[in-house]
Amino acid sequence: MRFLYKTDYDQDIRLAKHGGHRFWYTLLMTALLLAPWLMSSYLLDQLVVIGIYSIAGLGLMLLCGYTGLVSLGHAAFLGVGAYTEAVLAARGWPFPLSMSAAVLLSGLTGIIVGLPALRVKGIYLVIATVAFGAIVEEVLARWESVTAGNAGLMVKPAQWLGFKFTGESFYYLTLALVVLCTLAVLNLLRSPTGRALVAIRDSEVSAQSMGIHLAKYKTLSFALSAAFTGLAGGLYAHKLRFLSPEQFTVLQSIELLMMVFIGGLGSIHGVFFGATLLILLPQAIAVAKDFLPPAIGGAAGLQAVVFGAIIIGFVLFEPLGLYGRWTKIRTYLQTFPFYRKGTFKREKSFQKSERYR
Amino acid sequence: MQFLQVLIGGISQGFIYGLIALGFVLIYKATEAVNFAQGELLMLGAFCGLALAGFFGLPYWVALALAVAILFCFGFLTEALVLRPVLGQPAFAMIMVTIGIGFVARGLVTMIPGIGTDTHALEAPFRGEVIDLRGLVIGVEHLVIIAASVLVCGLLFVMFRHTRIGIAMQAVSQNQLAAYYMGIPVKRLNGLVWATSAAVAGLAGMLLAPLAFVHVNMGFIALKAFPAAVIGGFESLPGAILGGLIIGVVEALAGFYLPEGFKDIAAYVVVLVMLVVRPNGLFGQTIRKRV
Repeated sequence: MRFLYKTDYDQDIRLAKHGGHRFWYTLLMTALLLAPWLMSSYLLDQLVVIGIYSIAGLGLMLLCGYTGLVSLGHAAFLGVGAYTEAVLAARGWPFPLSMSAAVLLSGLTGIIVGLPALRVKGIYLVIATVAFGAIVEEVLARWESVTAGNAGLMVKPAQWLGFKFTGESFYYLTLALVVLCTLAVLNLLRSPTGRALVAIRDSEVSAQSMGIHLAKYKTLSFALSAAFTGLAGGLYAHKLRFLSPEQFTVLQSIELLMMVFIGGLGSIHGVFFGATLLILLPQAIAVAKDFLPPAIGGAAGLQAVVFGAIIIGFVLFEPLGLYGRWTKIRTYLQTFPFYRKGTFKREKSFQKSERYR
Repeated sequence: MQFLQVLIGGISQGFIYGLIALGFVLIYKATEAVNFAQGELLMLGAFCGLALAGFFGLPYWVALALAVAILFCFGFLTEALVLRPVLGQPAFAMIMVTIGIGFVARGLVTMIPGIGTDTHALEAPFRGEVIDLRGLVIGVEHLVIIAASVLVCGLLFVMFRHTRIGIAMQAVSQNQLAAYYMGIPVKRLNGLVWATSAAVAGLAGMLLAPLAFVHVNMGFIALKAFPAAVIGGFESLPGAILGGLIIGVVEALAGFYLPEGFKDIAAYVVVLVMLVVRPNGLFGQTIRKRV
């Protein structure tokens, strides 16, 4: 058990709260920096994909986990970012410039979606984002002069000043962006803006009474979330080197939402846990198929069944996601042997209408 | 004349959306949850019918009745096993869990060897017949769907308005705890609601099967029925039908007069405009939030 003795106000807002944090995160960073030497190129590839999905997850977590607005249209932002980056890179724009343009454009589309979101909430917002996602997907498929439509678009590798980011250099590029985005979100969350977002999540009415401009902060949340997702989209384009509209359907949005949910809503750790699970699960299933009877292992629907079962399992047994499970294990170890069963017991709750409350 | 024919096509398509939307509205009205697996339930209904009519050789109408009954039981069981523990938790949990159910259902059907990945046709006595009204053509399949939608809508409307059980369901949706205190069997009612909604989905699937084909992704049509429910106000049964009609007609007109591609997004554009102009839909209640 660790007891923090606070002697300074800065200790409350410091990112690394104590020596343990500093030690473990330094270790993690060192391991990630050395990864190209430690891992096979296949595993490194998976790590890059995890990084890309983590960035998108950070964006979605900001919106769903911290502002409390559910979006089922985030594939659209991913698509906008990916296509912008792909098209500009093809025109020979240097990477930082094209990526900034991709991020800005996604952010702007985020504002456009945010506008109807100011008037609607709950399930209506979900529908609005689904509708928006479908429209963007159709635009990507039909605007053939720019996006090459359903035939698909080849993407050049990212380049800057004649240097091409491929393989290991692309890994370091992704890693740098992941670290930057994580720090940006962490800093945002301990600033007044982040506190305002959390306040909106917990109670709109009380947030409004405390002088938080709901419209402004909700739009801001949408814009930031879309911008992060757009950044992930840009990297995604360079990683896959091939884009087609069916990569950005509502199923992709569901996967993103599933990722932040399984990771644990309202925690940054959760984003990374969720992304790791989402990327490694299909691999694990592919491995497990060899051990299953061919009637089950060879069937096409196995992955969907496992994904669905995992979602249901988490909702029923661990609504706080992987991060919640991790907190429980950590608390158990820290307080050993004094862990009490009821520590994380949930209160019984009853549903009350949102229409009349 | 051509315009009228397009309009008729749109209206008949609209009733399909309306019938599916009824399932959404029923659940929302009674439990204030949204069922993202409605499309998959529809798909399950169609596959049940296919198994009964195709492999056991039952007549279409018997297969339809049995499929609806099976889906009713399926809905009841799903509620008891999976959804009941989620009762009273934030809406987000319900969204995720129904998405999960949809995934599992779609995956399991895909896994049936030789059947799950194929597209099937379901024979029905009225399949392919048309009625010709001085040049205006309407398929009998569509007439059956229209009749079924109106009938189901009417029955549910009467139930919610005039029966004890319907009023109890409304009470549950407004305040679960108070409903418990009033002696309403909240859990049993919820089971009944999900079962009925699954049965409606099964009916929609069986009626849709002769018209479209039976395949594992046929449930995605529910993504278009969603906007229909929203336009109607999400808690109004006649609104769902009307919303479906609006979407069907707009879609048909967009497909006829606008360039390719607009047909597919027409429903979504309409719902976005609706949400901006009238966030509560055509028949939604607008009740100010009190603090």
